[in-house]
Amino acid sequence: MTMTLLAELTGSIGSVGYGLAAIGPGIGIGIIFGQGVQAIARQPEAYGVIRQNMLLGFALAEALALIGFVAPFVFGATTPT
Amino acid sequence: MTALPSSAWGCNISDGCEIPAPKSDIFFEYETLFEIWFFKFDKPMLLILIAVVLVAGFFIFAFRKPTIVPRGTQNLAELAYNFIRDMVQENIGKAGERFIPFLFSLFFFVWVMNFMGIFPLTMLPPTAYFAVPVALALIVYLTWVPLGMIRQGPWGFFKNIMFPPGLPKPLYILLTPIELISNLLVRPFTHSVRLFANMFAGHLLLVTFSALAWFLATASLWILTSALSFTVVTALTGLELLIQALQAYIFTLLTAVYISDALSGEH
Repeated sequence: MTMTLLAELTGSIGSVGYGLAAIGPGIGIGIIFGQGVQAIARQPEAYGVIRQNMLLGFALAEALALIGFVAPFVFGATTPT
Repeated sequence: MTALPSSAWGCNISDGCEIPAPKSDIFFEYETLFEIWFFKFDKPMLLILIAVVLVAGFFIFAFRKPTIVPRGTQNLAELAYNFIRDMVQENIGKAGERFIPFLFSLFFFVWVMNFMGIFPLTMLPPTAYFAVPVALALIVYLTWVPLGMIRQGPWGFFKNIMFPPGLPKPLYILLTPIELISNLLVRPFTHSVRLFANMFAGHLLLVTFSALAWFLATASLWILTSALSFTVVTALTGLELLIQALQAYIFTLLTAVYISDALSGEH
């Protein structure tokens, strides 16, 4: 069985990959800060605790986007040129 | 991997030079400045040394003659200390007091290194080299893993990681490998990558827009793009200032959370 190449993608595919990887964390970070601001508005006296947990959640969600950012540098060498 | 030819920076688009899009090469174009034994020192390594001297020097100077009513630099240093102490007390509690010196040095060391990314004389964050955050994350990893094993016993430590309590039994088949991998392998990786990628991307962004502002600064319509790039790079410098402090804070906060996990053994 012969393989036929139907479609090919060249150029900085890493950028496209990063764009895709940033969608999820983007939504996540939006939710985190939206809910965080809402929580602060409802209970301003708990500002310290809320901010800290907000930043913690932000850091965890952001990690996914950053792994997407690093992946092209790690796997970039294996892409055929 | 070829470094950017330094001659390229001398001309701009009117001299027929093409715009060299900055790549990750810009991080590796530094020559050896001096050599101690067989350690070769280039600019990033020198900056790390300067950061150590600055942080240690400032706080030793501030607390050289501590008084009960703080004055001058001691006031500033106590403010910095209170900031970290409050964070530790909120996250670890009373047991965390032993770790305040560690977290305190970690925060200010990382922050000063990050800040060198926008300080005019240095303009290069050493934390944008993957080895630096990896070394820091490794120190943190080698702190909380043995700490957890001592506090909870080796089996208790792994049990707490692998079997979060209060779940239906069949779920553990799925959850145990995930928890094990995410806690022992992914954790130190993301801990270091978070700092590295933020600083790396930030520096690359600044270089890209500075290069555009310089190369397009000619007597043509390109000057508009150049002016726009200059505005953007100014705004980005302000954003970087925020991100640098935030990343140093998050790095320390996560360290505190890991240590608190190891101490109490709950998720």
